[in-house]
Amino acid sequence: MSGRIIETRDLRKTFEFGDVVVHALRGISVEVPTGQFVAIIGKSGSGKSTFMNILGCLDRPSSGTYRLEGRDISDRSADERAELRSEQIGFVFQAFNLIPRTSALENVELPLVYGGVSRSQQHIRGLEALDRVGLAHRADHHPSQLSGGEQQRVAIARALVNQPRLLLADEPTGNLDTSTSGEIMQIISELNRDQGITVVLVTHEPEIAAYADRVLTFRDGEIIADAAQLQPLPTSPAPPAKAEMSRDVAEESA
Amino acid sequence: MKLLRMAFTAALRALRRNKLRSSLTTLGMVIGVAAVITTVGIGQGATRAIEDQIASIGTNLLVVMPGTRQRGGAHSGWGGASSLTLGDARAIEREASFVDSVTYMRSGAVQVIYGNSNWATTLLATTPVFQVVGNTDIAQGEFFTERDVQTGARVVLLGQTIVDQLFESGEDPIGAVVRIRETAFRVIGVLERKGGSNFSGDRDDNVIMPFTTAVRRVLGNRLPGMVQQIMVSSIPSVDSLSAAAEIEEIMRHRHRLKPSDDSDFTIRTQEEVSDMMGNVMGIMSSVLMGVASISLLVGGIGIMNILLVSVTERTREIGVRMAVGAKGRHILIQFLVESIILSMLGGMIGTGLGLAGTMAIARVAGFPFVFSLAAVLGAVLFSGAVGMFFGFYPARQASRLDPIASLRYE
Ligand SMILES: Nc1ncnc2c1ncn2[C@@H]1O[C@H](COP(=O)(O)OP(=O)(O)OP(=O)(O)O)[C@@H](O)[C@H]1O
Ligand SMILES: [Mg+2]
Repeated sequence: MSGRIIETRDLRKTFEFGDVVVHALRGISVEVPTGQFVAIIGKSGSGKSTFMNILGCLDRPSSGTYRLEGRDISDRSADERAELRSEQIGFVFQAFNLIPRTSALENVELPLVYGGVSRSQQHIRGLEALDRVGLAHRADHHPSQLSGGEQQRVAIARALVNQPRLLLADEPTGNLDTSTSGEIMQIISELNRDQGITVVLVTHEPEIAAYADRVLTFRDGEIIADAAQLQPLPTSPAPPAKAEMSRDVAEESA
Repeated sequence: MKLLRMAFTAALRALRRNKLRSSLTTLGMVIGVAAVITTVGIGQGATRAIEDQIASIGTNLLVVMPGTRQRGGAHSGWGGASSLTLGDARAIEREASFVDSVTYMRSGAVQVIYGNSNWATTLLATTPVFQVVGNTDIAQGEFFTERDVQTGARVVLLGQTIVDQLFESGEDPIGAVVRIRETAFRVIGVLERKGGSNFSGDRDDNVIMPFTTAVRRVLGNRLPGMVQQIMVSSIPSVDSLSAAAEIEEIMRHRHRLKPSDDSDFTIRTQEEVSDMMGNVMGIMSSVLMGVASISLLVGGIGIMNILLVSVTERTREIGVRMAVGAKGRHILIQFLVESIILSMLGGMIGTGLGLAGTMAIARVAGFPFVFSLAAVLGAVLFSGAVGMFFGFYPARQASRLDPIASLRYE
């Protein structure tokens, strides 16, 4: 499906602490076509995370409108936003944010649990998603038994397990070294390219931003630059088709 | 339903993640419920013991004792002078229409000697009717007869404790001669073992002999017509209160009491005795229940406290859950279920401990162990309710957290 998955109009967000008013966003208007890979860069405190939270339906703008898939969701209730997050959106955080002392598989299954998917389906799809990030063999491991890169891969598996249309990643490589960052970005851009998932990714590093089709630069709550980037044609072999993958998983668990 | 099952698994997982803390948290509930179960168990066991004992005293039994209620002198006649006489007993037998049979008794402390052994015990001096009215079964031999009473025969029946103390095992006490106060008595019977102890001591530690014999040879001839208790069994079709009223009428007349005078005797019906026991048990139970409720309350507060800590500690986890699609009520139910599981687990463990404790106490104190399914189910369900009540506040706190703030929480 083509069209605009994200459309914001004059989005503003202010935080107030008594007398102090912080203008985190000062009128963001942006349109993102479905399937695009957008990187957001900008100095610390420029409002990137605030913007991501609104895109991810975790927060509401102070004013302005946000349309997701054409529907205005600027002032949906908390429950409705929870449903949108569960159905449409996958999150990847800088801090991985896996639930401690809980296996990788259970972490990945979490969105399905709230999405009302049956227990057996949770299992199948959870393993499938873990396999997609190359960690099916670590399904039983707890976060503390995984490296940072592996934890972030589990977090990506969790973000994509409910087949979201939109993947939001706020500095996903911020806590990782260069080569691990490369692996993570490889996975994210494959998801974008092969499955058509729209990606919005915040980063401080130009090498990471280079993976995107388009780079938005934030400063003081405003977009000061919006640049398209040419992407080289894919060189790595395409991953196996999805049907094959689930069969592999089924055989493994049989 | 799916929501509940999901909350259940999530809650179990969370509890398993922190086993030690979960068990410590639930300790309050364990102790509280164990206390409740033990209290109820002891209460029921003791009540049953009292009921058994009362039933063993005999049915439709009324006891006339000297002294008035006001003076609390119901027991003052024991061994001392008494306002009751043989004549009173005979008058009741003769005049009361609601009466089936009448017996009377006197008691005293005696030393029973057999061969080289001797044993201090209680002597009951009475009539053959006592066997029926007092519900006394004979294990060996037989009870003395009306004729034995008339002739003042030197015969005696022994309680099991005395047989155990004075005779070799296997030795047949029937026909043996024992000495009490320098007089030789022939053993004509052994009483059935009543078992256990009661509030007035070993129920098998006494000897029984004809009233006349005892007055003449053992208790002393000082007040030959005096009796300590008159025991009356009323006819079954009459309620004990009417029988008591009739007896009171006869007695007041015989004692020439003016309408304004207090009675110089007391009539106890079996219901009264059991009511009295019941009251005592009731008060004891309420006190213990009070203590137990406090420990349940403390247990509940303990759970609430730990849940509040847990909510703070897991703020980030809650944020993550919300970010991936959990609604407020998912979080609410998860924590609520966690609290209920904790407290119900505590309740079940406490029930187990309480039952074990009751069994042990019942064995030591010698009353029957009464298993009450209602008490067990009640305790477990109640502990669940405690969990729900005390879990609600922390759970609501958790469900109202802001996802963004939670995700940032360090
Ligand atoms: N919950 C909040 N309450 C108050 N102020 C906030 C809140 N969230 C963000 N801000 C303020 O809004 C501004 C933008 O913050 P934001 O987190 O969006 O920046 P950022 O671009 O993501 O920075 P970084 O690169 O350091 O992550 C900052 O000045 C910040 O202090
Ligand atoms: Mg940020």
